[in-house]
Amino acid sequence: METRPDLIRVEKLTKKYNHGQVVALHENDLTVKRGEVVAIIGPSGSGKSTFLRCLNLLEKPTSGHIYFDGVDLADRSVDINLHRRKMGMVFQHFNLFPHKTVLQNITMAPVTLKLKTPAEAEAKAKQLLERIGLPDKINEYPNMLSGGQKQRIAIIRALAMEPEVMLFDEPTSALDPEMVGEVLDLMRDLAKDGMTMVVVTHEMGFAREVAERVIFMDSGSILEENTPAELFDHPQNPRTQLFLSKVL
Amino acid sequence: MWWSNLFTDMSPASFFNFSFLPKYGVFFIQGIEYTLMLAVVSVLLAVIPALMLALMRLSKNKLIHAISGAYIALFRSTPLLVQLSIIYFGLFGVINIPRYSLFGFVDISRFIPGVVALALNSSAYVAEIFRAGILAVDKGQTEASRSLGLSAWQTMRLVVLPQAIKNVLPALANEIITMVKESSICSTLGMAELMFGAKAVASSTYITLAPYTLAALIYFCINYPASKGIEAIERRMRRGDKA
Repeated sequence: METRPDLIRVEKLTKKYNHGQVVALHENDLTVKRGEVVAIIGPSGSGKSTFLRCLNLLEKPTSGHIYFDGVDLADRSVDINLHRRKMGMVFQHFNLFPHKTVLQNITMAPVTLKLKTPAEAEAKAKQLLERIGLPDKINEYPNMLSGGQKQRIAIIRALAMEPEVMLFDEPTSALDPEMVGEVLDLMRDLAKDGMTMVVVTHEMGFAREVAERVIFMDSGSILEENTPAELFDHPQNPRTQLFLSKVL
Repeated sequence: MWWSNLFTDMSPASFFNFSFLPKYGVFFIQGIEYTLMLAVVSVLLAVIPALMLALMRLSKNKLIHAISGAYIALFRSTPLLVQLSIIYFGLFGVINIPRYSLFGFVDISRFIPGVVALALNSSAYVAEIFRAGILAVDKGQTEASRSLGLSAWQTMRLVVLPQAIKNVLPALANEIITMVKESSICSTLGMAELMFGAKAVASSTYITLAPYTLAALIYFCINYPASKGIEAIERRMRRGDKA
């Protein structure tokens, strides 16, 4: 099992705001193996979203290294656009493009970046829409869709780039309760297919069931990481214990 | 005809002494056309430079940012009449435009300097409209696009600008209305727009007030319905929005 190669290796990742006055992340290390599903949990304001957003440089780290496939993304000479193609991201608020149809949302990036011809991209989009059971929405605009449908389409929009890792930033936090299930089902499906996933989430049930490893963060630091069974049932750090006693 | 004696008893200073109409009505018709051409052409010409100014204003490069800022400040902090005079006598004192009449009444040696001055002025205002429109597009849109690997420019072109431009269309239409009014200043440099027509009629008929009343009525009848129409479109757009 542990013969899988590292896909992401984070070393001493630090993020400060306001000229160093606010420390959002303090010297965090993390390794994600190819095919691994890692869940990041913690109280709000703990830095878990910032950590995730540093992985594809939506936030620029103040110091530290992020090795993705062996390349240090924090190195300024690296063309981040090339590496972001391989890192799909799913946002809390979906961020579908409202002026484009579902099909255009999915095909825009692969076609613009000339990774696929329009015909290939459309075929791939249809196949992905089929997979999530929404083939009839192909020509709809996002404002005609429910929250759960939007988020599932945001997920396949990222998948259309054929990424090597998927980053999820609280993907179900903005959803009505009855729509959480359909999004988690799709994510569970992806995990089963062997997709490497890093998931910031408040869904403890999902983290326990799907993640191979759970990370607990608080005040900008990774305080504990373990298998879900160990972390949820035998938390070591007092702050992990306190947090879990409140949310479980 | 029944109305041919309608105004004969009116004083030359009366608000509604429109007795000049049968003879001089054509001044007003051509004036409306000239005014609308000035307003529409200058705002359309302003769109591209305004977009560039707005993008420059949002640039992280300090020099580019400052150049755009200086342009906008200069044109927004000096009177249009002064700008018009400097451009007319300065810039177009050097550049010679042949006297040639479009449609028989638009002398391009005056029309072009007027349009250039209005467009330069308008681009400063439209730049601010675009800048606000770009900033109003949710940051998540940019993040989603960049996370897919698109460059900053591809993101601007394919994701941000289409949404920004849709948002600013009403403001842009309002800018045309502003220009319909502001362009009356061009009468001072002999451009035969609506205000110039009114002045010409007043001085050749000695009817001192009514030509201006008529001009005011015409300006109002163009601008008021237009602004109401824009408001209605704006309301409908807001209802259809929200992704």
